[in-house]
Amino acid sequence: MNKALAILGKDVLSELRSKEIVVSILFFALLVIVVFNFAFDPGEDTVKLVAPGVLWVAFTFAGVLGLNRTFAVEKEKGCLEGLMLCPVDRAIIYWGKMAVSFIFMLAVEAVITPIFLLLFDLPLFVPELALIAVLATVGFVSVGTLFSALAASTRSRDILLPILFFPIVIPVIISAVEATQVAFDGKAFSDMVSWLGIMGAFDAVFLVVSTLVFEFVIEE
Amino acid sequence: MDRSVFAIEVRGLKKSFGESPALRGIDFSVGSGECLALFGPNGAGKTTLIKVLATLSRPSNGEVYIAGLDIRKDAVKIRSRIGVISHQTFLYDNLTAYENLKFYGQMYGVAGLEERILAVTGQVGLAKRLHDRVGVFSRGMQQRLSIARAILHDPPIMLLDEPETGLDQQATAMLAALLKTLISGDRTVLMTTHNLALGLALSDRVAILHKGKIAHEGATQNTDLASFQYTYNRCTGAAS
Amino acid sequence: MSKRLYNLLLAFSFVLMIAALYLIFIYAPAEKEMGDIQRIFYFHVPLAWIAFLAFAVVFVGSILYLWKRESKWDMLAQSSAEIGVVFTTLVLVTGPIWARPVWGTWWEWEPRLTSSLVLWFTYLAYLLVRSYASEESMGARFAAVLGIVGFVNVPIVYLSVNLWRTQHPPHLVNNLDGSMLLTLQVSLAAFTALYVLLMYHSVSIRKLAGRVRYLKRLMEEREG
Repeated sequence: MNKALAILGKDVLSELRSKEIVVSILFFALLVIVVFNFAFDPGEDTVKLVAPGVLWVAFTFAGVLGLNRTFAVEKEKGCLEGLMLCPVDRAIIYWGKMAVSFIFMLAVEAVITPIFLLLFDLPLFVPELALIAVLATVGFVSVGTLFSALAASTRSRDILLPILFFPIVIPVIISAVEATQVAFDGKAFSDMVSWLGIMGAFDAVFLVVSTLVFEFVIEE
Repeated sequence: MDRSVFAIEVRGLKKSFGESPALRGIDFSVGSGECLALFGPNGAGKTTLIKVLATLSRPSNGEVYIAGLDIRKDAVKIRSRIGVISHQTFLYDNLTAYENLKFYGQMYGVAGLEERILAVTGQVGLAKRLHDRVGVFSRGMQQRLSIARAILHDPPIMLLDEPETGLDQQATAMLAALLKTLISGDRTVLMTTHNLALGLALSDRVAILHKGKIAHEGATQNTDLASFQYTYNRCTGAAS
Repeated sequence: MSKRLYNLLLAFSFVLMIAALYLIFIYAPAEKEMGDIQRIFYFHVPLAWIAFLAFAVVFVGSILYLWKRESKWDMLAQSSAEIGVVFTTLVLVTGPIWARPVWGTWWEWEPRLTSSLVLWFTYLAYLLVRSYASEESMGARFAAVLGIVGFVNVPIVYLSVNLWRTQHPPHLVNNLDGSMLLTLQVSLAAFTALYVLLMYHSVSIRKLAGRVRYLKRLMEEREG
């Protein structure tokens, strides 16, 4: 619906002005990767083993930061209530916000991944990563947007969001890491199909479930 | 009973948050074009009532009809018919006044949005500041923009929740003048306020809410401030 | 529940549990490779299944609460979540007790233990979110959402963890003959009865507490 797009447009415009979300998660992801670099001995074999894990841990942590901001901004000045007063189904708010988070996260992943491959001396042309990233990111934002709205209504939202988010997205993290490993090892695409399938199932299930329960999270 | 006679109709409304009741059985109605001022101390349930009427909160019990529509069934339609002004502005600080109004205009599906934006900003006296970021506006200006936002889709019914909050004397006077122009005509208005003088000046009828129930109801005409203050104190058990 | 029915349930569970203990420690044969320590299996597995049952009840209770908004459903869900978390904790404790003598490590990332760990975090969050909410009914609503999301995730978690572990095969292999199967089944029945008993007590206490609060509030209003 174009009203969801209106929400998307408003958030992108706001972000272009303040740049607070994208820039902070970009730098945070980079920092996490660099810290991991010091944590592991950068020998050839170790790198091959840990690289996928490092990449996805960085995206997960940075992603939580970005997701937190999604509804934190709406809580100021009562803007969330302003949105709730609009003549749209509550689910439209969910889809608008989710689309925004998806775009921001994907943009950050697109920038970070080449830098990561360079730092870890991995082959630069890995097109499957795009598909893995899309599936995993949809998984993150489908659940993350729901929980962000939930956490935003509580005190200590910065602590609560990771506590809720991490256990639920473990299947996505496992699948993303394993699929990325397959991609880095240069193995056949069929080896990663089951992982992609799990992510796809996760995405489908949680897009539906979150859409259904979102209204219960933001009502008063 | 002909539903279309009353713009707002509330019967036996109860709202509890878990085990604590906020509204304990409210009955009242506001006729088309009428302005009802609702007074009451903090904790009486004024904001809760507005939230229920604005479809932000579900009623626990009872019936609510707005513009003849059942709040449990047609909440989305109801929202297109109401405009809400609160002490929160619902404005995005790092967007300009124009961008804020454009966004809400899109969400409400306002036709002829560009002209409408110019019209409402002119009405509230912010035409010259249209392309300034809301973050730099004073509280009074933000409240005025918030009013512009509320009337953008030309709603027949308006809900005002303590709109005078945070405004100094001068700004309150400006607000009163502005509200007077808004209220005249066919608009139905329900206004909660702490300011007895403001409420009496603008309304056709008054009511007092106390501990989740309506303690007093009556016409505004021929009610002077002093005697109403007395009635208010009596109903809410406050010292005179 | 009437006094009579309760006593019946209590007696029945007691008998079942005694029977289960007898079967586990005396009747069941010692396992060929692992020896007597394997008997933990008869606790470990039923605990995991009952935890799953508890979380299924949380799921149903959560849906009913969001739909009907009656506090009894929230009480049911919360009690079941508490018991589920306790049972899951026991799974996570009996796992290492079993693993250490058998495989020489305290922990194995094998499917059942790993999934239990994920569930443990998920439902701990369920219990935790209530204290983060600014008031009770909001906490109940948020917990209900988690109760639904968490349970829907369970099959996906199992799927992904199982697939993950087939890449790195675990040590665990269970071969059950007749008497072992019987022991397992009786143990399962005993723990199910225990669950029902615990649920009954937990929900009753919650209901009583709710009644006390209600009466207190009535009193305060009369005086005020």
